[in-house]
Amino acid sequence: MTTTVTPPVVSRQAPLRRRIRGQRRWYRLVSPVVLLVAWEVASRTGLLSPEKMPAPSVVAETGWRLAADGSLTVHLVDSLTRALIGLAIGGGLALVLGAAAALLRLGDNAIDPPVQMARMLPHLGLVPLLIIWVGIGEELKISLVALGSFFPLYFNFYSGIRDIDQRLVEAAKTCGLNQWQRLRHVVLPGALPSLFLGLRLAIGAAWLSLVVGEQVNAQTGIGFLMMEAREFSQTDVVVFGLLVYALLGLLSDVLIRIAERRTLAWRRGLQAT
Amino acid sequence: MATRPASDVIVSVTGLHRSFGDTVVLDGADLTVARGEVVALLGGSGSGKSTLLRALAGLDDSAFGAIDVPSHFGVVFQEHRLLPWKRVVDNVALGLRGADVRRRALEALAEVGLEDRGDAWPAELSGGQAQRVAVARALVREPSLLLLDEPFGALDALTRLRMQQLLERLRVRHGFAALLVTHDVDEALLLADRALVLEGGRIAEEFEVTLPKPRHQDDPGFGGLRRHLLERLGVPAT
Repeated sequence: MTTTVTPPVVSRQAPLRRRIRGQRRWYRLVSPVVLLVAWEVASRTGLLSPEKMPAPSVVAETGWRLAADGSLTVHLVDSLTRALIGLAIGGGLALVLGAAAALLRLGDNAIDPPVQMARMLPHLGLVPLLIIWVGIGEELKISLVALGSFFPLYFNFYSGIRDIDQRLVEAAKTCGLNQWQRLRHVVLPGALPSLFLGLRLAIGAAWLSLVVGEQVNAQTGIGFLMMEAREFSQTDVVVFGLLVYALLGLLSDVLIRIAERRTLAWRRGLQAT
Repeated sequence: MATRPASDVIVSVTGLHRSFGDTVVLDGADLTVARGEVVALLGGSGSGKSTLLRALAGLDDSAFGAIDVPSHFGVVFQEHRLLPWKRVVDNVALGLRGADVRRRALEALAEVGLEDRGDAWPAELSGGQAQRVAVARALVREPSLLLLDEPFGALDALTRLRMQQLLERLRVRHGFAALLVTHDVDEALLLADRALVLEGGRIAEEFEVTLPKPRHQDDPGFGGLRRHLLERLGVPAT
């Protein structure tokens, strides 16, 4: 008798849970919308002074104006260029040095100790020294981004390689793979999940470095846009600049996640069964 | 059948030494395997069975002695050791060279009854399936020798029986020799032509298993051999 009762209970549970999850998605939108409306109302009624915090509608209007007259594109392209060049330099160095330190004993002894020590320095605190070294031009912004993105990528790549199961490497060896092939088929794909994590952290650090770097004598870029607006007390432009930074961070994270999901499909296999 | 000419020896190990720190694990072990012969290597836990096999597989640089193994050999470990980021068929094809690598890999999968799982990820397989893929990966290299390190030790009892039968079928078809490291006396007696007992770092005992194949635990003579081997391994009948 009991066996005839149990199956319906089990089959009813699954769609129920799915329905709750679908509803919860909508619930999560409620509080941001309420905050936004409260902000707008507070600005309109004069509770928030427009110099301290302009209304979201004003910020949106300003954004639209900057986008329409093309100045947003100019600043955005310059900021993105700095971020990409810095990321390429810092990330490239991190991959080469991380691989050398993780794979070679000599590399580990030579590279890892100074990197571990340098990690303790807050890289944004290096700004005064960097200004003396490379000046206040583009080099400063790019160096800061490179420095910021180097460390997370280096450490995650290093530990990603070190965490690879030695038994898999052995199995590959018995299949006749030489050292180079083992690197290509076992070590690199095995370190890829950590590499993606490092990349996400590196991109976050890159944006942070850019925010700081672009506040030092920049002539273009989102940071310059904000600093210039501050001098003229254009709070709406400052808030809009912040919004752009936030959107850039969000967008890069989404892109990395998509790339991750495609490349690491084998991990999804765990859930797919 | 019983007499094997010296030219038929494909594995010969003489005076194999290996120590970990002060602990001597292999102390001059000698061993031969003839073409097509299945040799079971038994021994208690920590007796150095796996160490010996790893040395034969070229995975141990610190073992000393004369080791002569054929260039084409396959290894199956206790764990499947498939690369989780490669699909099953690519795992089997790992390191293969030449034309129609994929077709050869699929054929090997068909031999272990998994021709339809080629595009699955290793994480989607059951333990027994993954181990069959590992066997296919060793088999596809057309080895004259299989090195098996407790290959079915981690499987449930039913799957283990099926895998033992599968291995016997594959051996009959392909005629490879095998060195089977196991702690399972029944497994050794079911599959092996010869059984070796490793003790004190050397081969302490060696005897031919002359029961006709395919064998079964109920066969006359099986129980006696079993009791003898267990006694030799330090588990006397009460």
